[in-house]
Amino acid sequence: MTRSAEINPRGAKPTRITAGRIGLYAFLISAALFFTVPLYVMIVTSLKTMPEIRAARIFALPDHLDFSAWKVAWAGACAGAECAGIRAGFLNSVLITLPSVVISVLFGAINGYALSFWRPRGGNLMFGLLMAGALVPYQVFLYPLVRGFAALGLYNSLIGIVIVHVLFGLPLVTLLFRNYFVTIPEELFKASRLDGAGFWRIFLEIMLPMSVPMLVVAAMMQFTGIWNDFLLGLVFAGRDNLPMTVQLNNIVNTTTGERLYNVNMAATILTALVPLAIYFFSGRWFVRGIAAGAVKG
Amino acid sequence: MARRQKKSFMPALAILPTWLTVVVVYIGAMVWTLNLSFTKSKLFPSGAYVGFDQYERLLGSSKWIKAVSNLATFGVLYVLGCLVIGFCLAAALDRKVRFENAFRTLFLYPYAMSFVVTGLVWQWLMNPVLGVQATMQGLGWESFSFDLLTSRDYAIYGVVIAGLWQGSGLVMVMMLAGMRGIDVEQWRAARVDGIPAWRVYVSIILPQLGPPLAAVATLLTMGVIKTYDLVIAITNGGPGTATEVPAKFIMDNLFQRQNLGLATAAAIMLLMSVVIIVAPFRYASYIRAKRKAGVL
Repeated sequence: MTRSAEINPRGAKPTRITAGRIGLYAFLISAALFFTVPLYVMIVTSLKTMPEIRAARIFALPDHLDFSAWKVAWAGACAGAECAGIRAGFLNSVLITLPSVVISVLFGAINGYALSFWRPRGGNLMFGLLMAGALVPYQVFLYPLVRGFAALGLYNSLIGIVIVHVLFGLPLVTLLFRNYFVTIPEELFKASRLDGAGFWRIFLEIMLPMSVPMLVVAAMMQFTGIWNDFLLGLVFAGRDNLPMTVQLNNIVNTTTGERLYNVNMAATILTALVPLAIYFFSGRWFVRGIAAGAVKG
Repeated sequence: MARRQKKSFMPALAILPTWLTVVVVYIGAMVWTLNLSFTKSKLFPSGAYVGFDQYERLLGSSKWIKAVSNLATFGVLYVLGCLVIGFCLAAALDRKVRFENAFRTLFLYPYAMSFVVTGLVWQWLMNPVLGVQATMQGLGWESFSFDLLTSRDYAIYGVVIAGLWQGSGLVMVMMLAGMRGIDVEQWRAARVDGIPAWRVYVSIILPQLGPPLAAVATLLTMGVIKTYDLVIAITNGGPGTATEVPAKFIMDNLFQRQNLGLATAAAIMLLMSVVIIVAPFRYASYIRAKRKAGVL
């Protein structure tokens, strides 16, 4: 037992520099380069002028900082004949994403709460079907949904695309909240029942305040997922409400004439900015969300 | 009695919207699509049933066959690549390295971005005239080649690289979480026996990571089957049909070629592939859960 200090792996980090350690760091640093170089290239390209880009030195720093490409990307880049930049797409993405996130997270919380504590008849069956539905490729649903939405007058509208995001977001948020509420002691729920609180009162006054961490995680997962969506926005949003991802692709891939790579990269960064900001400012929460959502596999 | 009724009524009402979603949207739309796939619908749905004709047409379509084989190539390389890279990164970070958090943040950030962004960045990097290839050649490395996307034979590998860049971090996070849950005693035993660290990861740690490995592999495979945005952004299926994928084939036939019957048949095929891939995993975890319950 006197040797416990020797075999205990915790404590100060090893100071010996061995070949293995050097190899380990070499591997980590080259991996870090692989992951960061594209972001670096994106940023420097967006700050260069076209003559500089034509010199074909993609890794070089710009001669001087030139933000004109960003201005064009935001308000003047052309997608086909229309030259309004990515600004409208940004606004559309905000208008699509915010209500979709709020509504789907709210439904997810209610579902999770009802399924975990009240266990309505058929609840497990519904949950199973919902999880199975999450595995179905969207292409299977698209045509009937387009027809249904068209019949209701919701096709190609902001309300339509928000509803679509809520419908397809339900499995993930329900899963997150069901798994979260399962960890809350049932006694708490039973005590509130004995005190005479009803379904909504227990939800609003006890369960919702307790589930703030999961609300944050779920909102973040939904936000990045919906912001990054391309397919549903393309099909359901309609020309006037196209999300940023679709407009970005239109700007970059349907240009006629010279391709303005600096503008393209600026527009690409602008589109990635919101999810990246969420990720960098809340890394651990993001990871938690991924881990919680991945369990369904 | 009135109280009892109130109890059972509200929760059921609360989950009613989700029930409606499941029944009307999920099941209803699926049945409609399945039904359409047996008709000869073109631009508009048709009531004329043709049995499995659309499926035969599909299997006779060289574009569909190419799309499926592309997806197989992409899927195998992407899933295995993500698993191998992700596992190695996790093992490296598990070795008590400095700046672990910084490394982890850098490995995972691409996962937060949209496939469109990923596709466009790699399209630019692989630009044959102004991209990485031209830069390296300009620096004197004349034979350097990185214009995968313009080649009919190699474009799909370009898509794989972009996919690996985005997806490996996910595996890393899941594997690292699994490794941190493993008993430290095993490390002591391995050290006493003089087993090298890499050997411990491959022979002792890896087999214990079965469940998270299966979960993340399923997740990645589901992503593969749905692959659409990435291909649209990076190559739009080209050159020719070099990076055509089933999801894109369906979208084209649904909205551009007005080939409703064929598109829905293809969508059902996609669904079948999901069932074939997911069913064994589900069955395995069901058996595992039962065994666990039996032991307890």
